[in-house]
Amino acid sequence: MFESISKGLENALSLFRGQGKLTETNVQLALRAVTQALLEADVNFTVAQEFTERVTEAAVGREVLKSLDPYQQFVGIVYHELVNLMGPVDHSLHLRRGELVVLMLCGLQGSGKTTTCGKLARMLQESQWRPMLVAADLQRPAAIDQLKIIGEQLGVPVYSEPAGAGAVKVCQNGVAAARQADNIDVVILDTAGRLHIDAELMQELEQIDLKISPQQILLVCDSMTGQDAVNSAKAFNEALELDGVILTKLDGDARGGAALSVKAVTGVPIKFIGVGEQLDKLEPFHPDRMAGRILGMGDVLTLVEKAQREFDAEQMALQQEKMMRGKFTLVDFRNTMGQIKKLGPLQQIMKMIPGMGKIAEVMGNSDIDPEEDLKQIEGIIDSMTPRERENPDLIDISRRRRIAEGSGTDPADINKLLKEFSQMSGMMQSMAGMSKLQQLRQIKQMADVGVFNPGADLKFQKNRSDRGPLDKRAEQEKKKKMRKEAKKQRKKNRR
Amino acid sequence: MGLFDKLKRGLQKTKDLLRTDVRDLFKAGEIVTDEKLQDFYARLIATDMGVEAANAIRDDLNEKHRGRTAVIDEIWGDVRAKLKALLKGEQDHLWDVNNPLSPLKLAPQGTTVILVAGVNGVGKTTSIAKLANLLKKNGKSVALAAGDTFRAAAVEQLTLWSQRLGCEIVTKPSGSDPAAVAYAGCMRALELKADVLIVDTAGRLQTQQNLMKQLAKIQRVISEKIPGAPHEVLLVLDATTGQNGVSQARHFSESVSCTGLILAKLDGTAKGGIVIAIRQQMNLPVKYIGVGEQIDDLELFDPDAFVDALFET
Repeated sequence: MFESISKGLENALSLFRGQGKLTETNVQLALRAVTQALLEADVNFTVAQEFTERVTEAAVGREVLKSLDPYQQFVGIVYHELVNLMGPVDHSLHLRRGELVVLMLCGLQGSGKTTTCGKLARMLQESQWRPMLVAADLQRPAAIDQLKIIGEQLGVPVYSEPAGAGAVKVCQNGVAAARQADNIDVVILDTAGRLHIDAELMQELEQIDLKISPQQILLVCDSMTGQDAVNSAKAFNEALELDGVILTKLDGDARGGAALSVKAVTGVPIKFIGVGEQLDKLEPFHPDRMAGRILGMGDVLTLVEKAQREFDAEQMALQQEKMMRGKFTLVDFRNTMGQIKKLGPLQQIMKMIPGMGKIAEVMGNSDIDPEEDLKQIEGIIDSMTPRERENPDLIDISRRRRIAEGSGTDPADINKLLKEFSQMSGMMQSMAGMSKLQQLRQIKQMADVGVFNPGADLKFQKNRSDRGPLDKRAEQEKKKKMRKEAKKQRKKNRR
Repeated sequence: MGLFDKLKRGLQKTKDLLRTDVRDLFKAGEIVTDEKLQDFYARLIATDMGVEAANAIRDDLNEKHRGRTAVIDEIWGDVRAKLKALLKGEQDHLWDVNNPLSPLKLAPQGTTVILVAGVNGVGKTTSIAKLANLLKKNGKSVALAAGDTFRAAAVEQLTLWSQRLGCEIVTKPSGSDPAAVAYAGCMRALELKADVLIVDTAGRLQTQQNLMKQLAKIQRVISEKIPGAPHEVLLVLDATTGQNGVSQARHFSESVSCTGLILAKLDGTAKGGIVIAIRQQMNLPVKYIGVGEQIDDLELFDPDAFVDALFET
C-alpha cells in the first residue's frame, strides 16, 4: 500500500543526495516530483497542490540544521505535513457501557460495507461488547443473506425483515429489537450502497439518521478510489455529518491517495483500515505510521503490535528459553515459521520492516514465492523422525534420501535447509539476549542474507543504503533527464 | 446519438450540480494563460486519466494555444482529437452502434464462453446479469456459472438474477472449487446447447498471487472443456477507481489475458478516465459501460460520447 507514493517520493528525494543545502531550486524540483507522485497516487488535485504549498512554505528559507543534511530535513518536513494532513486520529467509537449504541455504516456500492460490518462486530466482540447486525441493505439481491452468513460465522445476531419493508423501518425495528433483547449493547446498521448523487436514497439515509440518531456514522471508502473520492465523501458528509471513515481494501497495491483526500476535504478522521478479506483484518489507522511508510521508513510499530497480538506468548517464552540454553531444534524452527506465517503474507510483513520493502518488491516481481518455500520447509521437517528433528546431525545420506522422498523434494533441498538451520540457530542464540530493537535489526540482517527465503538467490548486498538507488546508472540517467527538463522549463518560462 | 441518454439522465439526478463545462474555461477572444491551462490541467486530472495522459494533452495545448487568443472550437477540437487518439489506441475500436453484441467475439458455432473477473466490489455480478439480459434480448440463449464460491451469499445473488432473467444457472455450495463450477457450467451449457455461457468469479485483489493462479486455473479448465474458450475475458472496472485500475488491468491480463473492459458505475460523478491510461498502457478496449442499477443499464461503449461526458460536471 502507498508503494507508488513511496517510490515517487524516493525518487524525488534522492535528488537531494550529495547537495549542501535546501535552496529554492532544489526544493521546487523535488516538490514538482512530489506533486506528480501524489497525483499518481490518486490524491485530489487541490489537496496535492495545497500540500506542496505547505511544504514549500515550511521548507524554503528554513535554516538548515547543522546536524541534518538537506535530504533528512526535507524528508522531515514532508513527513510532518503528511502526518498533519492525515491526522489527528480518533479510534474510539464512543461506546458506553450500559447504554445501547447505534453505529451506522454507509458508502458507495461495492466499497465493502457488509464485510466491514462483520469486521467491526468481530472487533467489538474481542473487547467484550455484544453487537447485533441490522440488514438494512434492501437493494442488492442477497445482501441480507450475506450479512446473515457473516453473523453466523461470528455468532452475532442479525436482525432482518423480509423484502418489502422500508430501510428506515427495518432500522427502527432492529434497534427496538436490540433494546428488548437486553443482551445487546451495540447495533451496527448495514445500509445499502448508494450513489451520493441519488437524491432519493440519500434522503433515506437522512431519514434513518433523523429517526434513530446513531451515535456514530461511518463512511466506508474503497482505498482504490480515484479523484472522485472527494465528491462522494463530501456529499455523504454534508448529508449525514460523518463521525469517521473506514478505508477498505488496503491489502492490495492501491496507492491509497484517497486517504489523504478524504481527510483533507471532510476533516473527518480515518478510524480503521481494512487489510484483507477475512473478518479479523481490520486495523486502527495510524497517520504517523502511514506517513512513515510513504517515505519508506517502514512500519516497525505496526509489525511489533501485530506480532504481540498474534504470537503465543507462552510458546515464545519456551522457545526463548531453549535458545538461551543454546538448544534450538528443527521443531522450534518449524514452530517459528508457523508463527511468522500467522502474521500474514510474508511479503506484507517484510514491507513493514524498514529497508525491506525493496526486497519484497524484488520478490514480488520475480517468481519467488516465500509462502511456497515455507511450505516446502514444513514438508521437509514433517518428513523427519522425531529423533532427527531433535538432532539433525543424525541425518546421513540414506536418511536424507528418505526425507526427500517423503516430502517430495530433492536431497539437495534438505542439505540447504540443514545448512540454513544451523546458521539460523546460531543467530537465534545470539538474539536471545538482545533487546526488542536489536532483535528487529537482527531480523532485518537475517532477511538480507535471505534466511526467510531459502530458495531464492537474492542479489542483495548487505552494505547498501536503505534508500539508495537500485541501479546507479539508471539513476544518473534520470537525474540527467530531469536536469534537462528543468532547463527546458526555464527556457520556456523566459519566453 | 441516444447512447449516453441514460448516463445523462443519471447525472441529472441532482439538480444542484453546476453545469460548468470545461469548454466554459476558455472564453473566445481571451488570451490562453498559464493560469487557465493549469485550471484545465486540474480538470483533466479530475477525470482520473492519469498524469501521463493529462500531461500529454496539456503539453499539446501549451504548444498550440498558449499565449494566443482562444478559439474555442479549435481548442476543444484539439482536446477531443488527442483524447480520442489516446482512447482508440492502435486499432480502431468503434463498435457497430446497431449491433449491441458487436464487441463480443462469439464462437462461429457452439457455445461461446465469457469469463468475467475483477477486484472486489466493482459490480461483477450485476454486470453479468446485465450482460445476460442484453444477450437474451438479442436472441441468444444464456447459461450462468456461479463461480464466486467465496463471498457469503454471492451464489444466491446470481441465482436471484438468473430467476429474474429466466436463464439456466449452475451452482455449487459455497467454498467449492470455482474451477469445478466453471467445468460444470461448460458441461451444462454444452448439454443445453446454450449460445453463451457466462462464468462469474469471486472478486480478488490483483496482488493476491494464489487467487490469480486460481483464476488462471479456471480459464484452463474452460479451455480444456471447450476448445477456443473462453472467447471473451472481460475485466469489470469500477468507474470510481483511480490509478490502481492500471495495475488491475495489468495483473488480470497477465493471469487470464483479458479481451476487454466493462466500465461499471458510470452513473455517479466519477468519469472513469482511467480507461484512457489502460488503453494506452495495455491496449485493452472498453466494450460496455454500466450506467445505472436497472437491468437494462448496460450500454455499448462509444468513445465520442465518452469524451463528451468526460468534461461534463
